[in-house]
Amino acid sequence: MAKTFEDNLARLEEIVAALEKGDAKLAESLKLFEEGSKLVSDCGAMLDKAEQKVIKLSKGADGAPVESPFVSEDEKNG
Amino acid sequence: MAGEQMIFSVSEANNFIKALLDAVPQLQTIFVRGEISNYKCYPSGHHYFTLKDEGSALRCVMFRGMAAKLRFRPENGMKVVAFGRIGVFPRDGGYQLYCSDLSVQGVGDLHVAFEQLKEALGKEGLFDPAHKKPLPKYPRRIAIITSSAGAAVHDMLRILKARWPMSEVVLLPVRVQGAEAPAEIAGALRYANKWKVADLIITGRGGGSIEDLWAFNDERVARAIYASDLPVISAIGHEPDVTISDSVADARASTPSNAAEIAVPEQKELRRRLDTLSARMEQSAQKRVKALRERYEALARSRVLRDPMAFIDDKRLLLDYTQRKLSTLAQAQTAQRAQRFASLAASLDALSPLKVLGRGYAVARDENGTILRAAEEASVGEMIEVLLGQGSLMCTVDEQRTGGTGHGKNI
Repeated sequence: MAKTFEDNLARLEEIVAALEKGDAKLAESLKLFEEGSKLVSDCGAMLDKAEQKVIKLSKGADGAPVESPFVSEDEKNG
Repeated sequence: MAGEQMIFSVSEANNFIKALLDAVPQLQTIFVRGEISNYKCYPSGHHYFTLKDEGSALRCVMFRGMAAKLRFRPENGMKVVAFGRIGVFPRDGGYQLYCSDLSVQGVGDLHVAFEQLKEALGKEGLFDPAHKKPLPKYPRRIAIITSSAGAAVHDMLRILKARWPMSEVVLLPVRVQGAEAPAEIAGALRYANKWKVADLIITGRGGGSIEDLWAFNDERVARAIYASDLPVISAIGHEPDVTISDSVADARASTPSNAAEIAVPEQKELRRRLDTLSARMEQSAQKRVKALRERYEALARSRVLRDPMAFIDDKRLLLDYTQRKLSTLAQAQTAQRAQRFASLAASLDALSPLKVLGRGYAVARDENGTILRAAEEASVGEMIEVLLGQGSLMCTVDEQRTGGTGHGKNI
């Protein structure tokens, strides 16, 4: 499953804390730094790419939710 | 005097008054405004109270059947309008209002019902802060339970989009006013929980009159919010009044727009935070590399690495020093021995017979070189050699004189 923004952010915070503590081996620190840099750009990209998705939910025949795109009343009228 | 007038018994007097009052139509259907005091509900189910104003009081009774129809519970201090008839209760000679309906003056029944439900639910713990669930920081899916028409849903979608477009929004359209609204809202809340359609719920509507907002003061809605496993933000457009939904919900927003602001983070802040984290990461990585470089350089500067022969030179110096010390020691010992030798030699010299000769003694030897110790050892005419301190004399023996000194043996 793809990592969520929240997961990424939490991991990034962990990495920064570990780097600031500074007791990891250099090779490991560099690896962390690399991972952190990737997380920063991933999170940025996630924010850039995000497009709000609005779903209208209705109850299906079996009671389970049925999703359909939401069209607002204004859009219908306009 | 008494004889001229009719004498009534107490019962007769009271019944007479009762009949008089009962005959007045205005007293049979009357509205009386006043404040409730001495309110008591008897086990019989009848309610007794007194209606008061600044200067007067009126006893009232409300029988069980009528009281059960009230939408609120009468309380002391409540300003009400009572409807009923005024009649006499002959047993204690008093008249009272036989109340068949009560309505709260000014605020209306709804308000009283609201206050009472609020109190009851509060006592039950529905507003307990300990029960309130934390909101997810970054909700993945937000369920909005409101009318699909109207400004509220648009305000929320607009703000959610601007702040945090990463959250999906699931709309559960419901009616938010009218008799059906409470059941629909409560149903949607239960449905959202049953199917876990989101990780956060916003329910509410735009502002309106107290009647318009009434669904959010409904006990069914309140209980559905309380029972929700998903955190609920209540978003009812009104201030400063608080609905019961607001009090039960995990978070309360003053308007639908405000609910959207509460629901999601502001991406600008997040971007700033990412920048900060990124900068901190770089700084600490740089600091780390710098520290390691400094350590490396300090080591590189150290003498052993800069001049690897130094170690050997040091050893060589030590060797030289040891050698020097050794030879000094050896010399000292040699000198000591030489001195001792010299002193021994001196002693030896002192014992040397030649030295005795030096003192004036002489040694005689025959022709064979044998030292002569007695006169008999040489015969007359024989050639002997007499050794002196310096040089020797070759002599001929002229005469033998035996005896004499025996000292020669001691030489």
